[in-house]
Amino acid sequence: MFMHLAQPQTAAHETPPKTISFEIVNLSRRRFVKGASGAAFTLAIAACAPNKPSTVSEAVAPIPDNSAVASGPLVFISIAADGRTQITNPRSEMGQQVITTVAQMIADELEVAWDKLEIKQAVGDAKYGDQNTDGSTSVRNHFKRFRMAGASMRQMLTQAAANEWGVDISECSSELGVIKHSSGKTLTYGDVAAAASQLEVPAEDSVKLKSRKEWRYIGKDQTSFTIPDVIRGKGTYGIDVRVPNMLYAVVARPPTVFGRIKSLNDRAALAVRGVTKVIRLPDPQGEAAAFQQLGGVAVIATDTWAAIQGREALEIEWEAGANGNYDSESYGRQLRATARKSGAVKLKRGDVAAAMEGAAKTVTAEYYAAHLSQSPMEPPSATAQWTDGKVECWACTQNPQAARSTVAAICGIPEEDVTIHVTLLGGGFGRKSKPDFIVEAALIAREAGAPVKVTWTREDDVRHGYFHAVSAQYMQAGLDAAGKPTAMLHRTVFPSINSTFGPADEGSNFELSLGATDAPWAVPNLQVEVGKAKAHIRIGWLRSVANVYHAFANQSFAAELAEAAGQDPKDYLLAMIGSDRQIDLSKDGVTYPNYGASLEEHPIDTARMKAVLNKVADMAKWGRDVPDGHGLGISVHRSFLSYVATAIEVAVDAEGKISFPGIWVAVDAGTVVNPANTKVQMEGGTLYGISNALYGEITAKNGVVEQGNFPDWRVMRINESPHKVEVHIMESDAPPGGVGEPGTPTAAPALANAIFAATGQRLRSLPLLGQNDRLKMTKEG
Amino acid sequence: MAITLKINGKNKSVDAAEGTPLLWVLRDHMGLTGTKFGCGVAQCGACTVHVDGVPIRSCITAHEDVEGSDVTTIEAASGKVADAIRAAWEELAVPQCGYCQAGQIMSAINLLETNKSPTDDDIDNAMSGNICRCATYVRIRAAIKDAAKSV
Repeated sequence: MFMHLAQPQTAAHETPPKTISFEIVNLSRRRFVKGASGAAFTLAIAACAPNKPSTVSEAVAPIPDNSAVASGPLVFISIAADGRTQITNPRSEMGQQVITTVAQMIADELEVAWDKLEIKQAVGDAKYGDQNTDGSTSVRNHFKRFRMAGASMRQMLTQAAANEWGVDISECSSELGVIKHSSGKTLTYGDVAAAASQLEVPAEDSVKLKSRKEWRYIGKDQTSFTIPDVIRGKGTYGIDVRVPNMLYAVVARPPTVFGRIKSLNDRAALAVRGVTKVIRLPDPQGEAAAFQQLGGVAVIATDTWAAIQGREALEIEWEAGANGNYDSESYGRQLRATARKSGAVKLKRGDVAAAMEGAAKTVTAEYYAAHLSQSPMEPPSATAQWTDGKVECWACTQNPQAARSTVAAICGIPEEDVTIHVTLLGGGFGRKSKPDFIVEAALIAREAGAPVKVTWTREDDVRHGYFHAVSAQYMQAGLDAAGKPTAMLHRTVFPSINSTFGPADEGSNFELSLGATDAPWAVPNLQVEVGKAKAHIRIGWLRSVANVYHAFANQSFAAELAEAAGQDPKDYLLAMIGSDRQIDLSKDGVTYPNYGASLEEHPIDTARMKAVLNKVADMAKWGRDVPDGHGLGISVHRSFLSYVATAIEVAVDAEGKISFPGIWVAVDAGTVVNPANTKVQMEGGTLYGISNALYGEITAKNGVVEQGNFPDWRVMRINESPHKVEVHIMESDAPPGGVGEPGTPTAAPALANAIFAATGQRLRSLPLLGQNDRLKMTKEG
Repeated sequence: MAITLKINGKNKSVDAAEGTPLLWVLRDHMGLTGTKFGCGVAQCGACTVHVDGVPIRSCITAHEDVEGSDVTTIEAASGKVADAIRAAWEELAVPQCGYCQAGQIMSAINLLETNKSPTDDDIDNAMSGNICRCATYVRIRAAIKDAAKSV
């Protein structure tokens, strides 16, 4: 009777996605029921599809609901008697379509129909493995694990059917939720789910994964689970969470990091209509801000506006503390000066000094890039509710396990007493990996004796961020008579992310490995050095992290050397990368982290790098004549195990106004799970990079960040955006690389190189425009 | 003192402090969280709603100022143009994180309701007040053009 289910389906990508559910949706309607395992579990409430019932039926989990399972593949999958299949997504959805991607990996190996899928969002719990949605890792680090979960479950279901029939499993096959015996008998997954749940999870080596050509969803353009909700105003983001009897809070944070309250007068604040309470947050402890709250004063009210008004009425005198002298302008000058002097050698190949001496020509250049704010459109927001000494939090977090452990540590309770529900994230870009705002919510709600939502205003987000590091870099190269580089020196100076977590006064090996020590140069004498720089504001990671400034310097400098040698920048760049090879940095004294991956699986492969470069040159018709005022720029970079080349055509008019006649991106991300979405991420990553390169600049004076909102913290708008970004994905069987971040690093250098080609002006300092609308047409960089 | 606002075709009683922006009345008092907070100073457009069919930034509009007007939020935006916009948004997979998209869609609906075949300049003028940090602008532009064709 289920044979019809085994018929070939329409193309997978035409099947509409079904429901997605987040536990946080509408808490007043939360249901608790008994699962088959006897453990109480929270039923996910369908948040989408208006024609769907508002709750998942109570029979969802003959295979124990995965919230009750300790670990292993079952943690991600439960199957109802009617065949509906619930996938628990452990990763955070911030627009990279990770829900869809995770579903593709699991459902493919599980061999289940796409329209049977329902998605549940996991809470923060180590049983789900790594949940830190950061470093473009969701596919590249978990490709096998998610497929194994699906395949293991498929094998258990098939075994259960074989047991029921009294036959050997080898006589059974399964397709789209139907198990078939060679005699023609069939059972559905739903029929055998309860029996399968009693079986042992098969040993990993006994589980066979599909071959590539058997993939049903992987490599296909499955449509998004979240978009149908989002365009109807239904997606629940962190800031949208509502809990019965909830209050609303905003926080007046010390303007300087580790600043403290000298005096507080809250009388006027308490007189604001709707304000119910004003509380002092504990000051952060120790030397490192890490994920701690920043301290300050919380104003709690009956709505967000009243809380904001109450905060305005606070009279606070602050003590600036040790960071009160931070002045980013003089700091920038200091960084540049440091970069001109020798630093600690982190990569050494050959003898740079001697080769420089013997060079026919030397070229030097200094690059600078300002602090940036991630500024996701949804500012940080979290809601907390305490019950009997335990706290439940709902938040737009990229890292729910860190949120859980940090809240537990700071509130002084065991981790088991902290539940972190993950909402949709209105953008993350690295900001929401840091759970300081969730800690605030937990502390404030405990003090308030009521559930509280903490909202960061835009000013809070821009002023109190974990900023992308400001950087200065000094590059020097020696060229031989033919213009070929024989020596290269790269000095990089920036406050390290490590400074946020402990004492650190120079860039870490991790940060140097993002585009500095792993530059692909086939130069016989090469040296990378790092200089000292102390941090005075919180430094954090932003989409593609140190790759942003390292690729900017390296890829701009390559074009400068081409110019000095009188050669074509693309051909010169190819020559600098050199022969097809796998780069072994250990020979140069570098312990290369390689984004946490093995070098056997993910070597630094110059052939792949050159292939994307050649491809993008073809796409842009590199070498063609362009109109006056136009210029083509090109760059290539490997980050997060993927290779991206970008070509940009700019047009710069007589007044210095920039537009983008064309942008082309070629990406080799190895095996790609969702090509359509990979293209979207390349578009977004490219424009994020261009926006930051053109406008992004956070400055500080007296330890206080000077920008506050979109008028002065500038980001790209539609009238400033290119009209088209053409993306090509290289066919590849290689293991997956990252997709969310690698589109960003090549944008800034391709742009600067294009502006040089258009105007003859070499720009070495980011942002290129800042608050201006026109390039300053000088001959100085 | 409570006043009555007409939100999505229904009369709702609201008791918020005078001057409270419509945004927070919608979100905190009525639970209509589809309208988003992005900047609070009318710079990003995430809070865009229609008041008597005209897009406004609800973050700087005092709620009492819309007494007697029809307020429409993303949750209730409907009609031929809204359907065409949503269909194009879905077809071209415009949203990434999606947070700004309610505002983008509310601005785009008004654009197409007042201009059946907008030029690139028209799109720039109507949409440049709506920031998208995921930078979905290429697809927003294309989706508006597709939707215009289908209306």
